[in-house]
Amino acid sequence: MSDTAGNVSHLEHHFSDVEQQRESAKLGVWLFLLTEILLFGGLFCFYSVYRAWNPDIFHNAHQYLNVYLGALNTIVLITSSVTMALAIRSMQLDRKRNTLILLGATLFLASMFLVIKYFEYSHKIHLGQLPGKYYTFTGVEGTNPHIFFSVYFLMTGLHGIHVMAGMGLIGWLMVKTQRNRFSSEYYTPIEMTGLYWHLVDLIWIFLFPLFYLIG
Amino acid sequence: MSSNSPHPHVLPLGIYLKIGMVLIVLTVVTVIAAQQDFGEFNLLIAMLIAGVKATLVALFFMHLKYDNKLYSILFLISLICLAVFISLILFDTMRRDDLNPIRGGHVNPTIEMYNNKEINPAETELSPATLPDSTKEAAKTTEH
Repeated sequence: MSDTAGNVSHLEHHFSDVEQQRESAKLGVWLFLLTEILLFGGLFCFYSVYRAWNPDIFHNAHQYLNVYLGALNTIVLITSSVTMALAIRSMQLDRKRNTLILLGATLFLASMFLVIKYFEYSHKIHLGQLPGKYYTFTGVEGTNPHIFFSVYFLMTGLHGIHVMAGMGLIGWLMVKTQRNRFSSEYYTPIEMTGLYWHLVDLIWIFLFPLFYLIG
Repeated sequence: MSSNSPHPHVLPLGIYLKIGMVLIVLTVVTVIAAQQDFGEFNLLIAMLIAGVKATLVALFFMHLKYDNKLYSILFLISLICLAVFISLILFDTMRRDDLNPIRGGHVNPTIEMYNNKEINPAETELSPATLPDSTKEAAKTTEH
């Protein structure tokens, strides 16, 4: 009860108590995640239809993706999800320093993901494995191999934009943590960013086998 | 009330580390499984492993196992909608020609897109010689 003053300063007047405020924020973020799933869902439909129509192209073209870079990126993103979850846990226990270190680690792993993605992208751009009419590569057997690279760049590109947005949010959280805006009583922004970050990880968990591991 | 439970869902450190390890092991497993040939089960196995990984992330990292069930229901609703979208679209695009061979087939499955060449109209149109018999019959009936 000694923290009552702390509670009140974070409680907006239109909520009856801190718990209700927290649950409302969480409901809002889950509704946002629902729309995110449907946004990527459209692209998963796109993927399903074109793979069903062109199974051979998908099989031939996916061999030009580097499975080991993809697997490394999966592990990087999973590890960043662990550090994000641990950052929330540290703030629940009022360990500000640990939270800062873990958020920093998450930010570092996210940038590592993008650096690996940059090497993958620049290699493909160099070879001319680009979407649509920009496709100039000649090594893939079959008609219209650019379809695979259109789907690949669209889905991993949108995912990459989500990673960048997440990095911005994590950087903002680090500034606010440094300024003592959070405590075990109020850490809602960290928790909500965590939910978003785990969704970004979750989407990559499906993108990885769908693009890199076509049997 | 928050004053009764200031630390609502503090899980032990071990749970996060164990789930993280399981996720990394499953990533390695899915890469190894993809190098084996299980025929038509390749996609199913890859998606099952991804599904298990996604479930672990949602239950433990996103705290769905410990939170209000409302969030799990919302999450499941979006996944069910997605499953309906994908399955209905695939039913349509893959089985449409069972009913109508002309509208079902690709306009010309061998046409090259974006090849920067002049398009020869004779190649892009369906010539009767390349059509399956059922399509020819359907074409005849539409002419009458």
